[in-house]
Amino acid sequence: MKNHEEVGLTDDDVKEMYRTMLLSRKLDERMWLLNRAGKLPFVISCQGQEATQVGAGFALDREEDVLSPYYRDLALVTHFGMTPLETMLSAFAKEGDIQSGGRQMPGHFSKKTNNILSQGSAVTTQVLHAVGAAYKFKLDGEKRVALTTLGEGSTSQGDFHEGLNFAGVHKLPVICLIENNKYAISVPTHLQYAVEKLSARAHGYGMHGDHVDGNDPFAVYEAVKAARERAVNGEGASLIEAMSTRLTAHSSDDDDAYRTLEEREKNKEEDCLVLMKDYMVEKDIADDSWFLDVEEEFKVIVKDATKDAENAPYPKAEDALKNVYEEANNG
Amino acid sequence: MAKISYLQAISNALDHEMGKDEDVFILGEDVGKKGGVFKVTAGLQEKYGELRCMDTPLAESNIVGTAIGAAMMGKRPVAEIQFADYILPATNQILSEAAKIRYRSNGDWNCPIVIRAPFGGGIHGALYHSQSVEALFSSTPGLKVVIPSTPSDAKGLLISAIRDNDPVLFFEHKKAYRLLKEEVPEGDYTVPIGKADVKRKGEDITVITYGLCVNYSLQAAERLSKDGHDIEILDLRTVYPLDKESIIESASKTGKVLLVTEDNLEGSVMSEVSAIIAENCLYDLDAPIMRLAGPDVPAMPYSPLMEDHFMVNPDKIEKKMLELLEH
Repeated sequence: MKNHEEVGLTDDDVKEMYRTMLLSRKLDERMWLLNRAGKLPFVISCQGQEATQVGAGFALDREEDVLSPYYRDLALVTHFGMTPLETMLSAFAKEGDIQSGGRQMPGHFSKKTNNILSQGSAVTTQVLHAVGAAYKFKLDGEKRVALTTLGEGSTSQGDFHEGLNFAGVHKLPVICLIENNKYAISVPTHLQYAVEKLSARAHGYGMHGDHVDGNDPFAVYEAVKAARERAVNGEGASLIEAMSTRLTAHSSDDDDAYRTLEEREKNKEEDCLVLMKDYMVEKDIADDSWFLDVEEEFKVIVKDATKDAENAPYPKAEDALKNVYEEANNG
Repeated sequence: MAKISYLQAISNALDHEMGKDEDVFILGEDVGKKGGVFKVTAGLQEKYGELRCMDTPLAESNIVGTAIGAAMMGKRPVAEIQFADYILPATNQILSEAAKIRYRSNGDWNCPIVIRAPFGGGIHGALYHSQSVEALFSSTPGLKVVIPSTPSDAKGLLISAIRDNDPVLFFEHKKAYRLLKEEVPEGDYTVPIGKADVKRKGEDITVITYGLCVNYSLQAAERLSKDGHDIEILDLRTVYPLDKESIIESASKTGKVLLVTEDNLEGSVMSEVSAIIAENCLYDLDAPIMRLAGPDVPAMPYSPLMEDHFMVNPDKIEKKMLELLEH
């Protein structure tokens, strides 16, 4: 891992990063338990990608910058202000779910007050939305950036090419972050693309490219921070590839059987939370009691969020007819 | 009021809204320096700058997708797809994204974009410059699909579309661009989206149509009026969502309905109009619902006799009207 001080982060920053990573992991793990207990129909995970997400989020300005995320970004949106209760209300599809009012599956992030654009399930469409938001910043002369994320599988879609080409042409303040966890459901990278590093494609779009260790939040922070600087200084877009690890199956409906047990076990050695904790201990940033306190604090937060969401009512049946158009509810 | 063309009316609407609201901007292929392949946006880049009337790369999904992103951030983009036939690469962005953003975010976000595209045939455009694609988008709640039939409606509906807080597809009949001229209100002028319009009052039969077929139907009705036939023409203007009330009212009044579209017969917008009439007006009808449309072939051929065979025209409409009148 990079040295946090050398990339401009304080010990307190590191603690905050770890807290967001851990909170997201705990929420994610709880949703799996609830799924296996038959209480949630579906879960899709951030586990293993928290370092990439928090590293990126930390390099942005939460007041000004905009996210166009993808379904694994629980840690990223948590950093941007999505609360544990909001995450659980979405998971249970209960009334008060800010992300979709119980309309979408969990993992489809959205929250206007935290600058998180609404996502659908069709992958890679979000790249163009970030590029469009960045065009707005250019039109209005605003010093803001849009960050979009996607898996490496999504780089095969046309919208990836169309969006980055346009962002390159107009030097737009957009950062495209590939969270390369090496699998698109079951399809491995060698069947997805032929280039050695996806970041090399940046050259073809006339933009800056970076390839970083996605299990190292400081490396991701450094790359995204520099990308943000370039973006707000009119130097254009960046394509960053963070090599990451998917610690779970694709989703709760996937058996992960296409990966050997050996491979899955080995992935645990790359668990970014474990690596981060080791780093913090080694650098004397936090001691055992601090880690225990955080664990205890989050246990309560996750438990309360779960309980409150579980006890919340469902949206009413006829709410299904609302918000089709501005002027009238349909039906 | 001076007489202006359908095309000039659309240009006027764009110019008016760009002058009034700095958030309005245009993007599309060749819309800037060239002013569009039909010259609809001529002069707008000079007046409002390269960023507000932008020549995009040749990529339709990008045009619509970036418009969506900018719209979510508060802009009012007007995207041009050069020919309606080429809107298909953008359908994922239109159907999966634009149409669903308000609904899927439970009203937290919305997507005020307009997508303009010239459609329709009769101009020797062959398969890929003649299509009517409105039916592809006219069963997707969340979208509005508008097709003006006159210069005044074109101006008023486009201004309404730009001010609308939901996504609007705005299809302009390319043969109407320079063919239709009339006096158009100057300055701020709006026509409501979602409201059909009786273009000719009549008692004997009702013709329900939209686009260039409105003008053709009016010509045919005028000819038949000399023989004492009194024909009502209802212009849908918005083909999705449909103005059910106006359709039911006119169909019930005359009891005889002819539905005219330039699209292929099967599964066109008129199929839904027909269902509305069948559900609501059965006991008021004095004849079966009649349809006149393009044949069910993939698209309009290039060679003139085949093209004419596909296209609806005033003669064909007149013949069908007589058939219904005599029923």
